[in-house]
Amino acid sequence: MELTLWTYEGPPHVGAMRIASSMKDIHYVLHAPQGDTYADLLFTMIERRGQRPPVTYTTFQARDLGGDTAELVKKNIKEAVERFKPKTLLVGESCTAELIQDQPGALAKGMGFDMPIVNLELPAYSKKENWGASETFYQLTRTLLKEKVSSSEKISPLRWKELGRRPKVNILGPSLLGFRCRDDVIEIQRILSEQGIDTNVVAPLGACPDDIERLIDAEINICLYQEIAEASCEWLKRNFGMEYTNTIPIGIKNTIEFINEVHQKLDLPLTNKEELEHKSKLPWYSKSVDSNYLTGKRVFVFGDGTHAIAAAKIAKEELGFEVVGLGTYSREMARQVRATAKDLNVEALITNNYLEVEDAMKKAAPELVLGTQMERHSAKRLGIPCSVISTPMHVQDVPARYSPQMGWEGANVIFDDWVHPLMMGLEEHLIDMFKHDFEFIDGHQSHLGHTATKTKDFINSDEKKDKNCKEGIMWTESGRAELTKVPFFVRGKVKTNTEKYAILRGIPEISDETLYDAKAYFS
Amino acid sequence: MSKVEFNKETGPREVFCGLTSIVWLHRRMPDAFFLVVGSRTCAHLIQSAAGVMIFAEPRFGTAILEEKDLAGLADAHEELDRVVNDLIARRPEIKTLFLVGSCPSEVIKLDLATVAEKLNKRFLGQVRFVNYSGSGIETTFTQGEDGALKALIPLMESSNEEKLLLVGTLANNVEDRFKKIFRNLGISNIESFPPRQSTELPKIGKNTKVLLTQPYLSDTVRDLKHRGCEVISAPFPLGIEGSTKWFLAAAKAFKISELKVHEIISPLIDRAKLALESHKEILKGKRLFLLPESQLEISLARFLHNECEMDLIEVGTPYLNKDLMKEEINLLPDKTKIVEGQHVEKQLDRVRESNPDLVVCGMGLANPLEAEGISTKWSIEMVFSPIHGIDQAADLAGLFSKPLKRNKILTSKTLVTH
Repeated sequence: MELTLWTYEGPPHVGAMRIASSMKDIHYVLHAPQGDTYADLLFTMIERRGQRPPVTYTTFQARDLGGDTAELVKKNIKEAVERFKPKTLLVGESCTAELIQDQPGALAKGMGFDMPIVNLELPAYSKKENWGASETFYQLTRTLLKEKVSSSEKISPLRWKELGRRPKVNILGPSLLGFRCRDDVIEIQRILSEQGIDTNVVAPLGACPDDIERLIDAEINICLYQEIAEASCEWLKRNFGMEYTNTIPIGIKNTIEFINEVHQKLDLPLTNKEELEHKSKLPWYSKSVDSNYLTGKRVFVFGDGTHAIAAAKIAKEELGFEVVGLGTYSREMARQVRATAKDLNVEALITNNYLEVEDAMKKAAPELVLGTQMERHSAKRLGIPCSVISTPMHVQDVPARYSPQMGWEGANVIFDDWVHPLMMGLEEHLIDMFKHDFEFIDGHQSHLGHTATKTKDFINSDEKKDKNCKEGIMWTESGRAELTKVPFFVRGKVKTNTEKYAILRGIPEISDETLYDAKAYFS
Repeated sequence: MSKVEFNKETGPREVFCGLTSIVWLHRRMPDAFFLVVGSRTCAHLIQSAAGVMIFAEPRFGTAILEEKDLAGLADAHEELDRVVNDLIARRPEIKTLFLVGSCPSEVIKLDLATVAEKLNKRFLGQVRFVNYSGSGIETTFTQGEDGALKALIPLMESSNEEKLLLVGTLANNVEDRFKKIFRNLGISNIESFPPRQSTELPKIGKNTKVLLTQPYLSDTVRDLKHRGCEVISAPFPLGIEGSTKWFLAAAKAFKISELKVHEIISPLIDRAKLALESHKEILKGKRLFLLPESQLEISLARFLHNECEMDLIEVGTPYLNKDLMKEEINLLPDKTKIVEGQHVEKQLDRVRESNPDLVVCGMGLANPLEAEGISTKWSIEMVFSPIHGIDQAADLAGLFSKPLKRNKILTSKTLVTH
């Protein structure tokens, strides 16, 4: 049993709903009690979908449990098929139905329908949402393509040459409630088509069952989000010989590497290599003198595996930040995140507990947090600017404007989204510096709210009343005065470090000199 | 009883389960913690409905069952024990801990009552434990509050003191207004259940006169009757009419003259009628379809028809206690179609066929209906907004006139440039 106040991922059947809702002509009969219908609002409210998710909940009640819940399942399947006429039916159960073992998938298969039926067994007490999405997409792909396995030859990535046409690829993994998937797909398709590569199928987002059957018309698969598509890509490789890409095109370096990888796999010459460096404004914006103050900024990264790894890499290599923390809630990607963390000389944090993340954030004392919506809230409490880089989705993460994370435009978006909170940070410093000037308007408030002023309160507190500080250490007037001159965003850290130093050296009173001694000691 | 038309329907539903009521109960009693014993689905449901991220640490959480907990119930009890210990160590300010049963905990027959009993002995004088079920196999949405209140009744001491007990969660400001009005009427001893502090439970007995503020408390009412309380029969205090009759019923129980009631509340009524006018103008003649969710539907239908002159197409309710609702049903117009239960697909077919001007529905259905050109109002807003009483009648009407006003603005053609 695990005490959970908030969770990054929903249960696995919500992952299945993401696949079903992303696609057309599919219906999902979910053996579940009425309360589970809450999941519809994730799609209709967060994604602002104008359609209900294609899901029928069997809605069994306590009084049904003594009787025949299996009959109830069959009745719902029959009604759903008649009403929605799906081309493929998904059948599964949520946590409670798993306990009563009605085997809804097997029941559906015994009802004599013509359409393919995918029996989803998603263990609700050990797995989570992304796993459920991945498993559902995999089972669906397998069900719709398994008959073609024996008859088809292995697909060579060079087949396009024999066929005398442009190479074709599938883009696999984008789904509803995935981070900026809608726009990433457009960006990646644009990049591929510029290189003379056609997109065969995008799935699951916007695909229908027929499209899944057409996957094998492409030469290779683009695995855009490993959390969702890797299992399917692996199965397609094993059974049809289809190669798939490993590079996630987030950031300039990764996008270029991605384009290279695709070209190598297809044996397609890359003709515009030099151009690629200039496709995004990120490299120049990052290099321009205005970005001087970005160099060495301490940044804490937490998110799903794909986005956290990419963010850490961009932060370090493309913006010159110092990554002081890296973690993920995606246990399935723990290995890769640990490897990236090792390269960055930090310890990876693998957890589903947001309070642990908040603690780690506090300890790392970053100047910028790149995290989920939850880290945005934690960072706000700590007075640290934050940019959101990953699911779980919030209505704010489905912006009206085009704002991908991947490719060239994705890099532009990332530069703006990460740097603008810091710009405000600099502004805050200016406010702090000039607050005693007569031009300064009193009500000029920082966007960071009031948490950032905690050390300010300390500075302005009455020394006589407030002997302050731990372990009998006292701040003298000169010490306090010097502390006010430290930029607000590192003031908390300077204060803690100086006190730590004073304790270490047995210094009872902290003066301006102690501050400098501590600074020298810790640098 | 007026000649309303009763129908029952079963099938797939689109409603919240009783766990959702934690969202307002925890705000009502800031010294209580609600621990759901359930699955990741339960945790995800509550955080999706409650916007948990705004809290540093919310006063509700889920002990998520894992595979090993399902293998042996003895171990599950032990595990729950451990989770509770950790929780209390972390949150020493908690005075009452609600162990809330869920669909999976009910199905595996996890005995939360026994767990609560054991914990009560161990934490005697520090934390009280009560248990109830908010499971979706037994409860819909507001019924969770019914379960929570019922669970508190055994902890309430007996007293034969005469008092008025307002039962059902109210917004604090509304509660204060009500108490002031009752005091003006001459009723001085007034208490609320649930109280604002979980430890300050009212004492009850044969001279306790219960006045319900919410229509979804069937089980609570039954247990209060068993404790000797007298339950005042009245419509619910939504709108001017409902609130007036509610005050009158209370006054009658305390042998206060009708004249006195009218004297006190008629200025309020005049004021409220005036405030209601602009909303009535928008709502008058508009056709309303209420999907089932909160059990407030019948009272809302009565208000929106009788005071705002809306036409009622269908009034859905997840559950109907005809006895508790009889005063309300009597006030409904003849031939009102009440549907208890739900078959969401068939009901949506009826929504589309009847082409309503406004549909009251859950959040999962709102955007899809809007996309079809049908204006909506979320039912969850009724349980979060202060809507009770004469002074709030216009605000209540405003919840329904706003979507229509919005729709008119957004579909107006005045901005078209040529």
